[in-house]
Amino acid sequence: MTDLDEYSRKARAWLAGHPAPADPSVSDARALMAQLYDAGYSGITWPAEYGGQGLTEAEERAFQQATRDVTLPINVFGIGLGMCGPTLVSIGSEEQKRRYLRPLLRGEEIWCQMFSEPGAGSDVASLQTRAVFDGEAWILNGQKVWTSVAQHADFGLIIARTDPEVPKHKGITMFVIDMHDPGVDVRPLRDMTGQSHFNEIFFDDVRIAPDQVVGEVNGGWSAAVTTLLHERVSIGMGSARTDRPAAYENVAATAREQRLLEDPIVVDRLVDLYLRERSFDLLNARMSQEVKAGIFPGARGSVIKLLLAELTLYSADVASEILGPETVAYDSEENGKIARALAWGPGMALGGGTNEIMRNIIGDRVLGLPREPQVDRDMPFRLLKVGTQKEAEA
Amino acid sequence: MKLILTDEQKDLSASVRAFLADTSPMARVREIAESAESYDPAVWRRMSGELGLTGLAVPEAYGGAGFGMSELAVVLEELGAALTPAPFFASAVLAAGVLVQLGDESAAKEYLPGIASGSVIATLAEGTLHSRATDDGSYLLTGTAPRVLNGLDAGLILVVADSPAAVYAVPSDAPDLVRTPLTTLDLTRPQARLEFAGTPARLIGPLDATSALARTMDLASVALAAEQLGGLRRCLSTIVEYAKLRVQFGRFVGSFQGVKHKLADMHCTLEQAESIVRYAAWAADFAPDELPVAAALAQSFVGPAYFAVARDHLLLHGGIGFTWEHDAHLYYKRAKSAELLLGPPRHHRALLAQRLGLR
Ligand SMILES: Cc1cc2nc3c(=O)[nH]c(=O)nc-3n(C[C@H](O)[C@H](O)[C@H](O)COP(=O)(O)OP(=O)(O)OC[C@H]3O[C@@H](n4cnc5c(N)ncnc54)[C@H](O)[C@@H]3O)c2cc1C
Repeated sequence: MTDLDEYSRKARAWLAGHPAPADPSVSDARALMAQLYDAGYSGITWPAEYGGQGLTEAEERAFQQATRDVTLPINVFGIGLGMCGPTLVSIGSEEQKRRYLRPLLRGEEIWCQMFSEPGAGSDVASLQTRAVFDGEAWILNGQKVWTSVAQHADFGLIIARTDPEVPKHKGITMFVIDMHDPGVDVRPLRDMTGQSHFNEIFFDDVRIAPDQVVGEVNGGWSAAVTTLLHERVSIGMGSARTDRPAAYENVAATAREQRLLEDPIVVDRLVDLYLRERSFDLLNARMSQEVKAGIFPGARGSVIKLLLAELTLYSADVASEILGPETVAYDSEENGKIARALAWGPGMALGGGTNEIMRNIIGDRVLGLPREPQVDRDMPFRLLKVGTQKEAEA
Repeated sequence: MKLILTDEQKDLSASVRAFLADTSPMARVREIAESAESYDPAVWRRMSGELGLTGLAVPEAYGGAGFGMSELAVVLEELGAALTPAPFFASAVLAAGVLVQLGDESAAKEYLPGIASGSVIATLAEGTLHSRATDDGSYLLTGTAPRVLNGLDAGLILVVADSPAAVYAVPSDAPDLVRTPLTTLDLTRPQARLEFAGTPARLIGPLDATSALARTMDLASVALAAEQLGGLRRCLSTIVEYAKLRVQFGRFVGSFQGVKHKLADMHCTLEQAESIVRYAAWAADFAPDELPVAAALAQSFVGPAYFAVARDHLLLHGGIGFTWEHDAHLYYKRAKSAELLLGPPRHHRALLAQRLGLR
């Protein structure tokens, strides 16, 4: 047995000994993070001096594999662990790393990521939230939207406009902000699942100390790109099978119980679902092996994010076609699984960048295709058209 | 499960690629496609002799190198990418495969070394065929094999007859055997109709060879998927390069989202196809229990995927892609003929359904 096999075996044993509560709350998640930290499974690849384990991607992937078939209800930490933390590890200051990483890994502090705004989503570099330096501190005003887990968050990474006189990519700065600041007003938004996964946030003269700048002043765009790269890899490769109620195995089992397999069309649809799901899983497994071998997926993270979004939408759709009207009219939580998958599907295809944006990235950065002409690239931000325009102005 | 190539496999792939670029460039492929020849004997000799490709997956006891499907797949990817006209699939995959699976020691000793060295070209023939035992213990075959890969090139024909199926060996110069070339859509891969009218034949392996044949077909499905993967990858890289050169409306066509997004989707297809082929090859070598599902998965996914990519790569070339002089149609036609070679996609989907326990 290799060391890695031994590592996986121990991780599996640990996970088996720590079953998730049926209906986990945020405090359950905090407690579980603390246990993971104590057991050495939190921040596996993060530097040891900041609370991580200082191990390699190989151990990280082995642990991920071990969690594939169990529910690890730490979603509320997903943004911190998958995006904010790795951003601080790669470009944060020494003090930022010391202050923020360990409490995150221990489950003491929840993080959110505030990029999108009403006028700037796919084109997040068009953001309008302003931060102005008053000689002592940065003063933040504006609005963010679609911010996942902000209602629970203690800290957040935010990008704001710090120089409107230069082209849009060049006048942005990234900051850490305290979500409990009185000038931060978080209002949960109800999404199409009926729950509140994301929020809108208003900033009213929030003071940010200069040492909370992440990376360089006006260098926020490259910092944001770092975060987004982590995001796609973490969304795509982090998907556990238990996250897919419309997974082939479940749908096939239900179809069998309901004696639907006599219908050749049902069988063919199931074959299709199997093909799509298996090809995704095998690609995911292959990318993990590449990571273990030292090949980082980079922009290819967008391939896996796009395919996962399409699989999520498709499998809920085809499951409802196979199983019929009872998937959308039901009398118990358990029987509402496909309906919830139908309601969640679009979220997967929008959050972390839309399918169109993923295709742009694959075209530009994986295949090296020529970019589209950009009308806004070199123009000072102040002169740009941004967001939703009135008809008369359009 | 191993889904990435080892350094040795990468070296093998690079040396086969270099060899084919040198000896079988597209100009030469075209020349052969448009001539009465079905392959270049000089290239075949070097491929099988110097490079040892035909014997790669043949056991050492029978004159081969004893490698597995993972290595064979790497070679087939390159042959598929270069569209090399050669009886490789017929001889080194189908015929060698069935001989290994049948486990008939004396037949394997007699036939495999020739196939491994390339001095014998063999193929596998299926159709509506019957055998009749004669008094001296040999057999006579009657019936038709309607489409036999390299049926005119093969010196040795392994014929599947009867039900339950058994396999018989027939030399191509046997009496009462008529071989008629077919017109094929794919100009790089010839087929022939073989008619047997009481043709003398030798029984190889058991009288019921059903399981050996099923495994042969599963292995061939994986091998074919590897060849298709190579073609798919070549089509994509060709059209990506073209999209970086061709200008319309003052822009490179690759900058239009209608084109770019299609290419991005083609790339996603490539990533999935490669993962499936690596997995299926691994299953063939190391997880025989998983092979039946993996093989049906490979043909159900990769066959149609190659055709779709070959079709779109042709279309994205514009009018030039529809010309005889352009290579695009050669890939398009190969992709279609490969998709149907071991049975159309619906056949493989039905197998998959069965093997998943859905029917
Ligand atoms: C569940 C969920 C969670 C989220 N969580 C967060 C979060 O935690 N933090 C955060 O900052 N944001 C978050 N978002 C926001 C998300 O990143 C944006 O919604 C997304 O990037 C799209 O931006 P938009 O909503 O402004 O749509 P728009 O950008 O206005 O897009 C409208 C349409 O135009 C298309 N489009 C736009 N530009 C192009 C282009 N160049 N080429 C082709 N098509 C184009 C889009 O694909 C889309 O179909 C979340 C969203 C969801 C749904």
